[in-house]
Amino acid sequence: MSAYLVTLVILVSVAALVGLALNLQWGLAGLVNFGVSGFVALGAYGVAITAPHIGWLPAMIFSALLCAAISMALALLSIRLEENYLAIVTIGFGEIVRILLLNEGWLTGGALGIADIPRPFAAITPPGGGDGVILAFAIALVALVFVLLELLVRSPFGRVLRAVRDDATVASALGKPVLALRVRAFAVGGAVMGLAGALHAFYLTYIDPSQFTPIITAYAFMAVIAGGRGSNLGLLLGAGSIMALLEATRFLKDLVPSIDGAQLSALRLGMIGIGIVLLLILRPQGLVAEPRRRATEFFPNAKGEG
Amino acid sequence: MSGAFLEVSGLVKHYGGVAALDGCSLSLRKGEVTGLIGPNGAGKTTLLNALTGLAKPEAGTVSFMGADVTGLPAHRMAALGVVRSFQIVRELSSLTVFENLLLAPPHQIGERLLGAVISRRKWWAQEHVNAAKARTLLERVGLWKLADQSSAALSGGQKKLLEVARALLLEPRLLLLDEPGAGVSPPLREEIIRLVRELKAEGLSFGIVEHDMHLVGEVCDHVHVLAEGRTLVSGSFAEATSDPRVVEAYLGLAA
Repeated sequence: MSAYLVTLVILVSVAALVGLALNLQWGLAGLVNFGVSGFVALGAYGVAITAPHIGWLPAMIFSALLCAAISMALALLSIRLEENYLAIVTIGFGEIVRILLLNEGWLTGGALGIADIPRPFAAITPPGGGDGVILAFAIALVALVFVLLELLVRSPFGRVLRAVRDDATVASALGKPVLALRVRAFAVGGAVMGLAGALHAFYLTYIDPSQFTPIITAYAFMAVIAGGRGSNLGLLLGAGSIMALLEATRFLKDLVPSIDGAQLSALRLGMIGIGIVLLLILRPQGLVAEPRRRATEFFPNAKGEG
Repeated sequence: MSGAFLEVSGLVKHYGGVAALDGCSLSLRKGEVTGLIGPNGAGKTTLLNALTGLAKPEAGTVSFMGADVTGLPAHRMAALGVVRSFQIVRELSSLTVFENLLLAPPHQIGERLLGAVISRRKWWAQEHVNAAKARTLLERVGLWKLADQSSAALSGGQKKLLEVARALLLEPRLLLLDEPGAGVSPPLREEIIRLVRELKAEGLSFGIVEHDMHLVGEVCDHVHVLAEGRTLVSGSFAEATSDPRVVEAYLGLAA
């Protein structure tokens, strides 16, 4: 059971990292990214291919930078067009990554994937203690990314991204370099998705293309919608509750013996869908509202009504 | 005319087959309030868009303070000190009134990716300076008590005032207002007229697109009448409105 719990925590951590990244790109900056699974796959393959040669930390940095660079290129290519084209381009990107991973066997192992990916701190891990180490590693990684993104969201950088999301024309009329801001937000998000992929690869130590389906993208959007666009805390709650729901409903089979596995898996997704619809009706702003800077933070004695 | 503040010459811009600007030439003087009036479809808003980088003119030149600024992107024009408001108010609805103002000041360290994370102390200090300015401006336009409200909750007139206050934080040299009186209740319209006069006395130059002739007559030193993408008549408000060509353009007597 404890192995299952570790799996659960890692699953939630990966989903949280992916969600945090999408929350920056789409939640805060309004940039739709339907190619999330492609970036995660790229991050995973990045560490899987390089880690045996250069070590896990340089490999992670490489993966993050690779994803950031590709995000920048995609953003520059498509943000210059009408805004919705980014959505189309990212769908295409996700497909391209999947097909490349399947077919460039010399590099990616094709459908067989890559096995024996070295884990972080493998050399100093006591035998049998692997789960504890990867667990701590995952939690530390999520915490680090969360703090960094929270600093960004609550800074003037976060505010100007919200302005760009609300009305890019107004933002540029106020002298804000809209294109550069969008490219940066997209690149940072891409880097974090790469880190999520790296964590995924380190935990499983074996990856193949079938692990990176578009459902990753769907879960990330669900987490952002449920948690509240723009709020990182809400995102953690959203990602956590969606993963918890997905996993908890596994045990429905024990309670209701009349449904079989296939029916159950369809039911589980349906329940998540109903949950999101209900949440949007009852609490359209998501679980946690976007953080705002109050005048009273600067003028504690002011009477400005809230 | 080389000493003109903002000089527009021979500006052309088509939308489909329609010439929104068709060789438009005019100039705005420093320290004055210049009105841009004309019937609907005369090209007033397109002119404003061309002056602020939101529309790229196909021909002609725009020069500001002696420098050629034709076709510069919007954020560069704003950096040069040409700042505008919009005809249909475009407040940033998920930002509070106060955040709308804090957003405006240029050169914010905290808006840079690294600056936001590394130089927290620096941008926090900047933020405090900007907050003090924002408060002064909000008190001036009477919106301070609404500082922490969502800007989407303001009335039409309050949003216009918010736009002006936000633009002022950019410390503009020239403020271009697109129909500041449209959809504004009469008391708030008087408030806007008072504000424009005060700011002019402080040395700010204005270009105002407006249909409300009372407002134009009250604040404008000089008026350009546009029709069919060209300047029809220029002069004082009284001269322009008594010109038979202007009456014709508005009422279409020639047709």
